[in-house]
Formats: sequence, C-alpha cells, structure tokens
Amino acid sequence: MASRRKITLDRRKVVEKILKDRGDILLVTGLGAPTWDAAAVGDHPNNFYLWGGMGGAVLTGLGLALAQPKRRVLVITGDGEMLMGVGGLATVAVQKPSNLAICIMDNQRYGETGMQETHTEHGVDLAAMAAGAGFQKYSTVYNNRELAEAIPVLYSEQGPVFVDVKVTDAPQPMTLPPRDGPMLKHRFRENLLGHV
Amino acid sequence: MGNKKSKNWHWSQDVHALFKKLGIEQVAYVPDGGLAKLINRCQADASIRSVVLTTEEEGVAQMAGAWLGGQKGVLLTQSGGVGNCINMLSMMQECRIPLLALVSMRGEWGECFPWQVPMGQSTIPALEAAKVIVHHVDQAEKVPETVHAAARLAFDSYRAVAVVISQRISGSGSRG
Repeated sequence: MASRRKITLDRRKVVEKILKDRGDILLVTGLGAPTWDAAAVGDHPNNFYLWGGMGGAVLTGLGLALAQPKRRVLVITGDGEMLMGVGGLATVAVQKPSNLAICIMDNQRYGETGMQETHTEHGVDLAAMAAGAGFQKYSTVYNNRELAEAIPVLYSEQGPVFVDVKVTDAPQPMTLPPRDGPMLKHRFRENLLGHV
Repeated sequence: MGNKKSKNWHWSQDVHALFKKLGIEQVAYVPDGGLAKLINRCQADASIRSVVLTTEEEGVAQMAGAWLGGQKGVLLTQSGGVGNCINMLSMMQECRIPLLALVSMRGEWGECFPWQVPMGQSTIPALEAAKVIVHHVDQAEKVPETVHAAARLAFDSYRAVAVVISQRISGSGSRG
C-alpha cells in the first residue's frame, strides 16, 4: 500500500514544469484532465490528445514509440485512465521501449464524472504495479524536489520509465485543445512524417 | 497466391509474405490456436515487431500509435477478443485511423465447446456495430487475397477492416 503523505502539488504547475523544455518529444495525453493540462501549457503539433478510448493512452504511446525509436515519447495520463488499461504496463515492460516515458497525474479521483475516488485513493500503488510489471525505473512524486528529480528521468533515462505524480484534486479551469480526430491525426503525422 | 497449393501449404505463409510486401512492421496479438502459425512466422521475422498483449483492446490503441508514428501494423485476435475491443475501436473511427485485424473464429463452424458460442455468434454483429468493415472468408486458399484486399481498404482508404477467418479453416474446437 502507498504511504499516506500529504498531497500538495498543483497538476497544472506540474505539467507546465514537465513540458516547459519539451524539445522534440512526442506527447500522448489520456482523456480528461491530462489533455486539458497539456492544452493549458500550449497546443502543439507534437501533441496527440485522446478524447476517448479510455485505457488506451499507454498503448498508443507504445505503438508510437516502436514506430519512432529515435524520438522520445511521453504519455501523460490520469490514474483512472491508467487503471483501466493497467495490463498495458505488462505489455510495455515486455517490449522494453527505451524511448517511452509514462507520467501519471494521480489525483486519486475520476475527475470527469464527479470526482469520485479511484483505487489509488484506497492505497493502490501504480508505481509498485509498474515495478511488478518489470519497469526498472519507477517512482512516486509528492513534492517539487522529487518532481525536479523525476523530470530528467522522463526525458533521458533509458525507458520504459514510470512516474506517478500525486496531485491535488483542486478544480482547474477547463482548457480545451482541438478535438477533431482527423485534424489531430493529420497535424501530428504531417509534422512528424512530412505527409498526412 | 490462391491456387495449386502443395500439400503442406498453409495460408499463414502467404499472409506472412504479404505482410512483408505491405511493409507491416508491428503485429499485436493475444495467442490463439487458429492464428498460431501466423504468429509464429511473425515472431521469427526480425523485421516485424511482435507484441503480446494482455487484452486485445491494447492492440487497437497500439495500432493507432503505430499509424501516428508512420508504421503499419496488424491486430491478430480470436473472435472472443473482439468483444474486448469495442470501446477502443471508437478511436479508429473518430480519427479515421486505419486498422487491419485478422479474426479467427470460434463458436461457429462445428464448435464443440458451448462457452465459445455466445461471443462467436456476436463477433460479426459487434464488429459491424462498431463500424468495422468485415470480410468473411471460409476457404483457406482465399485467405491471402482477402487479407490483401482488406489491407488496401484499411491503409489506402483509411478504414477499420476485419478479415474474419472461419472456424471451417482452422478446425479449432472440433473436439469438446
């Protein structure tokens, strides 16, 4: 069970710090608040937002990471979304994509449906599940010092890496990126591949 | 492809050759007897990344990521796994991302295991309800050409397409 430490980090500030110097990373965000968080930092052609397909963020990241082995792929998703596709941690760990980083904005809530408690509120430890799957690099972040250590891990440690960031459940203004699926797909591919 | 097959011919050898010709670089699967020979051929091929999944919906999401990254992939699943994919298929439909899936049937031709029948009988209606185009094939010699046609429809016309391979071909589930 996860230890009961005080949760103080603001998710918008966390995602802003993570993406501030994003370089050429390719970003996949899970549905709901992680997509709004990334949009609040700034829309970007290297962002692919999932507006549905709950549970699919990590495996979308895996397919992308295998296709683009020279590019760093970062998946930012929520605890509820990760829990729905938690078997994907086993699939990723077996493939060992060295360029894939997974970062969870873990507010211990299902944010889009009324802030109901997720399993992590009751002690389910996502970093321990990643470790159990076989991730060699995993951590749970509670404060800015730990976040400062985790960000270089997300960008440059040999993957796959897994960072669970505990964030407060304080409400945030909704910042909506584009949501037309073909547009997001075409923009991402054109920027990456030079064609749609 | 498709005629004058030798006694030892199996459709998987032509489909594997077709994968190479089409430039398939990722294959995702949950193991299944009806697809085992094809899975083995893909695993033995260093130019194809074979990814074993814990549930088939992972493969749908993986195929979306592969396409975003400029690669083509194929999802290999038993009919039972189709039921696991339904919500994730919405991503392919909404974004018009190509999906090529090979589905080996159970609960259909000569099935002797009753628990396979409900999902087997729901497989094609479920795929069609999820707006996946279905090509059903019940002769081994026609599997390669059907996969080829499905691949063109998927990758050149940006559609989700499933080749449903009859249990008549695999003979799976013929003993209770």
